[in-house]
Amino acid sequence: MALLEVNHLKTYFFTQDGIVKSVDDVSFSLQKGEILGIVGESGAGKSITGFSILGLLEEGGSVVDGTISFDGKDLRHLDPKGLQKIRGDKIAMIFQDPQTSLNPVLTIEQQLVEVIHYHRKGVSKKECYQQALTMLQRVGIREAKTRMKHYPHQLSGGMRQRVVIAMALLNKPKLLIADEPTTALDVTTQAQILYLMKELSVEFASSLIFITHDIAVVSQLCDTIAVMYAGKIVEYGTKEAILSNPLHPYTQGLIACVKKEQNSEHKLYQIDGVMPSLLALPKGCYFKERCPLADSECDSYPAQQERDGRIVFCHKVK
Amino acid sequence: MSQSEVKLLEIKDISKVFTLKKGFFTKEKFYALHDVSLDIYKGKTIALVGESGCGKTTLGKVILGLYHATSGSIEYKGRDIAQQTPLQRGVLQKDIQMIFQDPYASLNPKKKIKTILEQPLKLYTTMTKEQREAKIFSVCEDVGIDKSYLHRYPHQFSGGQRQRIAIARAIILNPELIVADEPISALDVSIQAQIINLMVDLQKKYGMSLIFISHDISVVKYISDYVAVMYRGEIVEFASKKDLFANPSHPYTQLLFKSVPIL
Amino acid sequence: MKFFSDRLVLFACVVLSILSVLALFPSLFTYQNPYDLTQLFLQNSFQPPSYQFYLGTDEQGRDIFSAMLYGLRISLYVGIVSTVLSVLIGYTLGLVAGYYGGWIDTIIMRIADIQLTFPAILIALIIMALWGSGIEKVILAITIVSWVDYARVARGVVLLEKEKEYVQAVQALGMRSYRIIFTEILPNTTSPIIVIATLRVANAIILEATLSFLGLGVPVTEPSLGSLIANGYEVLFSGYWWVSFFPGVLLMILIVAINLIGDRMRDYMNPRLQR
Repeated sequence: MALLEVNHLKTYFFTQDGIVKSVDDVSFSLQKGEILGIVGESGAGKSITGFSILGLLEEGGSVVDGTISFDGKDLRHLDPKGLQKIRGDKIAMIFQDPQTSLNPVLTIEQQLVEVIHYHRKGVSKKECYQQALTMLQRVGIREAKTRMKHYPHQLSGGMRQRVVIAMALLNKPKLLIADEPTTALDVTTQAQILYLMKELSVEFASSLIFITHDIAVVSQLCDTIAVMYAGKIVEYGTKEAILSNPLHPYTQGLIACVKKEQNSEHKLYQIDGVMPSLLALPKGCYFKERCPLADSECDSYPAQQERDGRIVFCHKVK
Repeated sequence: MSQSEVKLLEIKDISKVFTLKKGFFTKEKFYALHDVSLDIYKGKTIALVGESGCGKTTLGKVILGLYHATSGSIEYKGRDIAQQTPLQRGVLQKDIQMIFQDPYASLNPKKKIKTILEQPLKLYTTMTKEQREAKIFSVCEDVGIDKSYLHRYPHQFSGGQRQRIAIARAIILNPELIVADEPISALDVSIQAQIINLMVDLQKKYGMSLIFISHDISVVKYISDYVAVMYRGEIVEFASKKDLFANPSHPYTQLLFKSVPIL
Repeated sequence: MKFFSDRLVLFACVVLSILSVLALFPSLFTYQNPYDLTQLFLQNSFQPPSYQFYLGTDEQGRDIFSAMLYGLRISLYVGIVSTVLSVLIGYTLGLVAGYYGGWIDTIIMRIADIQLTFPAILIALIIMALWGSGIEKVILAITIVSWVDYARVARGVVLLEKEKEYVQAVQALGMRSYRIIFTEILPNTTSPIIVIATLRVANAIILEATLSFLGLGVPVTEPSLGSLIANGYEVLFSGYWWVSFFPGVLLMILIVAINLIGDRMRDYMNPRLQR
């Protein structure tokens, strides 16, 4: 049985300007220990998908349809207290900006200990401290004992993100959702953090959902990939299948953008235009305005097709 | 470098020291830049690559005059501008413009795009209102922003569009040199390609020199002529783009290459 | 208009508008001008509320209703003028202190700190002792006490905004400092100032009422709501309850209305709460 099953998830935001369908009929599943990468440009709905699973939607947004099943439990209809118990314990989340994820007025020690203590009241404070210290060392923070007494502003961006990862893993969650955790970091730090996350997910047998706009990052880390565009999944399958033979023009575009082995005399590949506003979606396939293959066939939304180990939504895939 | 290349800016032994208060009486000196020397050639692009804290942004700001250099000189058109504020540089400053990293903070949220683009013209030229408007329309076309959006505010645009506006602001005075401080780091990778292509096209059209600052060595391959790698306030390697990408010699440069996620 | 979506606030705005009209044109609503001594007849003193005198009279035969309307005018006048003046002074000083930093900042902030150690009443007393009483002195006292808040808030926001890249962009263009402060940074600092100013008008009115209650405020012949309350305070327990009660109720309605609007303003301007 899959650890996480999301079926036909729909998360809409009800605003003054209309209904924003941030997540519109998204389905995927995650096995134990699997690493899924959700890739897409800003506004595609990937972060909202993560927030929907944990019930962390802002005011005005709600899950209007679909099922979210975690370890057999229905997350969508769980009461707030039940959700609260799961957050930080069975499902943990890492956010994009390490600067704002940590409380600036508490020491690292205080924040780490609180995470353990909140979910496992029986553990003594001393034992909490010990576990926190071990985890801090495990994520690669040198002189961990001193760092425990520091405040977030005394750490560099890379270190803060490591602390956030440590915090997420303290209670050995079954599922970790990471929302663009390396976007705000230097490329060298990013490389280290990715390596660390891969190691840890294997070591703790945690499943991981890694949300990013950079498909190159996903290729290093993930087992499966879901490509999102304007609230919908356009391609979803194993990494090998998608990266060796991307079928959807958008996926092909994303890959071409990051392929940097090209001849330096040629212009960089770019996908022209921008993702349409969710308040003004075109009729038919959402990608058609930027798609090099689009024609009149694309005026109706493409049906789901299964090809070589993935599903894809495109008329041009025969 | 061939003899036919003209030197635009000569940076010699620039150091920048920040004094930090460590305790009540103790101060600590922090060398953000240590004896950095670099020549900028007309019409060419130099990429400044390194991690956060290596001093690349500081060097950019010293060139702009936002920081005073603690020592060393920057020769431009016969003058040493290293220790001069933008005001003191007078009319020379119009030739040096900057594009900032954060598209969300580099445009005043309370000003319309048209006002933001008009500012440089008002400060440095004696153009009439009509002439300014014509110039603004022309740069908007250059960067791909529709004229009808000029009355809008920054928050009504996406990150990529805001960066285009920032580029428009930088080119509107036809500068000789543009310092671009991590102009694409805050953008989606798919939009990064658009912006880099745009910058290359504009450089071909207007012939300005460009200092492209980045922490990701892979993005500079298409745009740069020369690459300078910085580490802890010093330039550790400098070579033409071809040489550096073919054969990076310094271990830090090699580390930068290794860190790039490849498909 | 999203601002008026809260019905209580809408009601408060309506109330405030009505009160403003009453205060601006009292002669439309009452025939008696309580400042005109020729219109007062001592035999009318301490009349309970009746058809002739809607809310009763005080010891001088003044119609409480008329006195309240004129008193309301004074309260609003003092509240608004002193707030406007303290905003002008405090906001400017705060912007300058925050942008330049260094010794300018130190001097301005230390003056502010010293200022804070003196309670309003004390400052009013000092001013009265030096220059006598009167409406302008009251406004002066309240202004001196209030400017500090605006200075602090403005300085705080400027410190944040100063580091942002749009400021560096115009600095790089060689824009002069005063232009940067007032045309670039200022527009980004107005939200908290507006909120505080709105709430502070209420504070100023209360302060004036307190001073008048203590006899330090406006002259006896031109009573504000505070003086009216003070007036009737002595006879409150002798059975002539209306003399203090009605002005008190009016003052309370005024303050509550302003506070409701100020609170709503704060929520409205909070970017996190907006969709």
